[in-house]
Amino acid sequence: MSNALGIIFSNIHDKYNPELTKERTVASIPFACRYRLIDFALSNMVNAGIVNVGIIANKHYQSLINHVGSGKDWDLARKNGGLVIIPPFSDRSYDSLYHNRLEALKSAQVYISDATEEYVILSDCDAASNIPLADVLAKHIEENADVTCVYRRQTVGDAPETVFTLNNKGKITDIGVYTNMPGQRNVSINITVMKRSLLLTFISDAIAHGYSSMSRDILAPNLDSYKIMAYKFDGYYAQINSLESYYREDMRLLDKDVRDTLFGNDERPVYTRIKDSFSTKYGDDAKVVNSMIADGCIIEGTVENCILHRCVKVGKGAVVKNSIIMRDTVISDNANLNCVVSDRNVVVKDGRNLSGCEDLPFYIAKGKMI
Amino acid sequence: MIKKKKCVAMLLAGGQGSRLYSLTTSVAKPAVRFGSKYRIIDFTLSNCINSGIDTVGVLTQYQPLELNDYIGNGEPWDLDRTNGGVHILPPYQDTKGAAWYKGTANAIYQNIAFMKRYNPEYILVLSGDHIYKMDYSKMIDAHIKNGADCTIAVLNVPIEEASRFGIMNTDKNNRIVEFEEKPAKPKSTKASMGVYVFSADKLFSYLEADEADPNSSNDFGKNIIPNMLNDNCVMYAYEFSGYWKDVGTISSLWEANMDLLGDNPSLDLNSPDNRVYYRHFPKNPHYIGNDAKIKNSLIAEGCEINGTVENSVLFDSITVEKGAVIRNSVIMSGATVRSDANINYSIIAENADVKSGAKIGDENGKGGITVVANDITVGENQTVAGGEMIDKNLQ
Repeated sequence: MSNALGIIFSNIHDKYNPELTKERTVASIPFACRYRLIDFALSNMVNAGIVNVGIIANKHYQSLINHVGSGKDWDLARKNGGLVIIPPFSDRSYDSLYHNRLEALKSAQVYISDATEEYVILSDCDAASNIPLADVLAKHIEENADVTCVYRRQTVGDAPETVFTLNNKGKITDIGVYTNMPGQRNVSINITVMKRSLLLTFISDAIAHGYSSMSRDILAPNLDSYKIMAYKFDGYYAQINSLESYYREDMRLLDKDVRDTLFGNDERPVYTRIKDSFSTKYGDDAKVVNSMIADGCIIEGTVENCILHRCVKVGKGAVVKNSIIMRDTVISDNANLNCVVSDRNVVVKDGRNLSGCEDLPFYIAKGKMI
Repeated sequence: MIKKKKCVAMLLAGGQGSRLYSLTTSVAKPAVRFGSKYRIIDFTLSNCINSGIDTVGVLTQYQPLELNDYIGNGEPWDLDRTNGGVHILPPYQDTKGAAWYKGTANAIYQNIAFMKRYNPEYILVLSGDHIYKMDYSKMIDAHIKNGADCTIAVLNVPIEEASRFGIMNTDKNNRIVEFEEKPAKPKSTKASMGVYVFSADKLFSYLEADEADPNSSNDFGKNIIPNMLNDNCVMYAYEFSGYWKDVGTISSLWEANMDLLGDNPSLDLNSPDNRVYYRHFPKNPHYIGNDAKIKNSLIAEGCEINGTVENSVLFDSITVEKGAVIRNSVIMSGATVRSDANINYSIIAENADVKSGAKIGDENGKGGITVVANDITVGENQTVAGGEMIDKNLQ
């Protein structure tokens, strides 16, 4: 069992995914056939032995609450600790919704101060990744760090990122908060480890001074007074910040090496909400190649280079290529789909032809009939 | 304080299933895998909860480790309850000594105290080795309406097969007038499904009398049912129409798996009503590779398929390499089928490893179903003839 409390921010990135977060939080975006993004953040915590996890919610969190339930599917239905959803107005001194992580933490201050764990691990849930948090925590303790931030080497493009400059011992010497610094950079993935007591100090400091950004207002000015270390993660990291990145990252899972870095470690399985679906059934005329397919599908047609979520039906003569088809979607007989992202419960009628292209997939909203 | 329950179910799950041979060397028959996802006992446990019965005693005896582990606290079947829920009931020791369960009736007798805690009106006695979906509440309603002491679920079987079953001869109102165990010349086609509803007090008194009889073999079919009939108890047959199969032999286990395939399968587990629940293990979705050809088959999570799979039922976490061909077979969890291996009319059990070029079973099913037991390796280019059973590594 780990001596750390887990905190997950569920809504921080909603604005970056206008299509996919219209009726859900980023946390509950379906990914890799049968998962939601929060499954990866939760599983990372559970696999590090964390048994006390708070999810800070903000807006339209009904689907999130439905998904996580009591937490039992992640082994987080516990007598001591377990999974707790922290609603946005849990402290009476706040009368508006939070806008950033620090404000979110202020509203969770009571929850954090009531916990007994020595450490706290903060995480976003806008990415699918299998990160060894136990190792991050062990390194934090071993290095005697005050704060440890997880980063990855990546190319920064047009979108601003929080970027670390490191010395040769892995200590952070400069933080560029949401800066445009194109090129290969050490980009923060917003996983932060520190002592719980230090986090509480930061929160009260932020309240006293009206701070709003942890990186900009607290960490960056204190790089000399605290030992702020960086931990490099270099496995598969699918950050979902647009429909295009969603499509691109999901499709990468068709590559075995990529898939194995997410799912290949039996010691760190990815948990999700349990449904009692039947196995996927392939009909006499099914032709399926290079596809990842969840349970409960019935496939009678042709499926190539696709990600099929649970309980998708592909009718006879239908041809689905290069597409992501979410739960309970019905592709009727002889329909033809290429480069489509179909949200849940879509019905594509007989013989329809739909096509996007790889850079700009055609998106069908939840519940539509075509 | 324990709340009263209308009905308590007692599920007999201690059987060895000796005719499944190497598939039940280390597990009890109810824990044998079935249908790509399930274990046999999932069907009766799911039937209970889907029938509104939330108090179930599971009587275990033979090789209980895996079965106990699988049932756990009953959470997958919604049977982790504050009042009631699932209870594993193994044989135990008391002041008179320790005794194994001597027969089906004795197993229930030894647990009268468990049933009485819930002060039930009815006891449902079930067998954990059958595959079927049934709403027991309708049967209990019929039992109440008939004012019966005992109601036995029956299935109409073809007359030529009737001599394999316990046959109920009834009057036109379905009241049982005679019971014949495996009759040479059956007079009726109403075969017992091993599903009994008893009025609790009647059952307790017959179990106690049966226990006091030193000549009894303590069996429901041989003793309790005939004794009740002799005493003119009110006994009715309850006709069930639907899929039911005793998967007690290798060939019937294989057949029942095949019954899940096709456009209109005789056993449809995909319908949303009366779902069959099972214990999950976290596995990623399956992946179908560039060289895969899959027809008329079921495939569960965690598989990586790159070969040909036809008319087959695949469980989870199976690897099928390029060039491998699987036809008319059942492949259980964790098995590996390497390149150019060829499997026909076979059951390949958990974690078996079929090496490159191995040939298992007959292409036309001649000789019967071939079995490779769990954790067994079949070496490169080895041949296993139709109907053989392999429980030692073959190099």
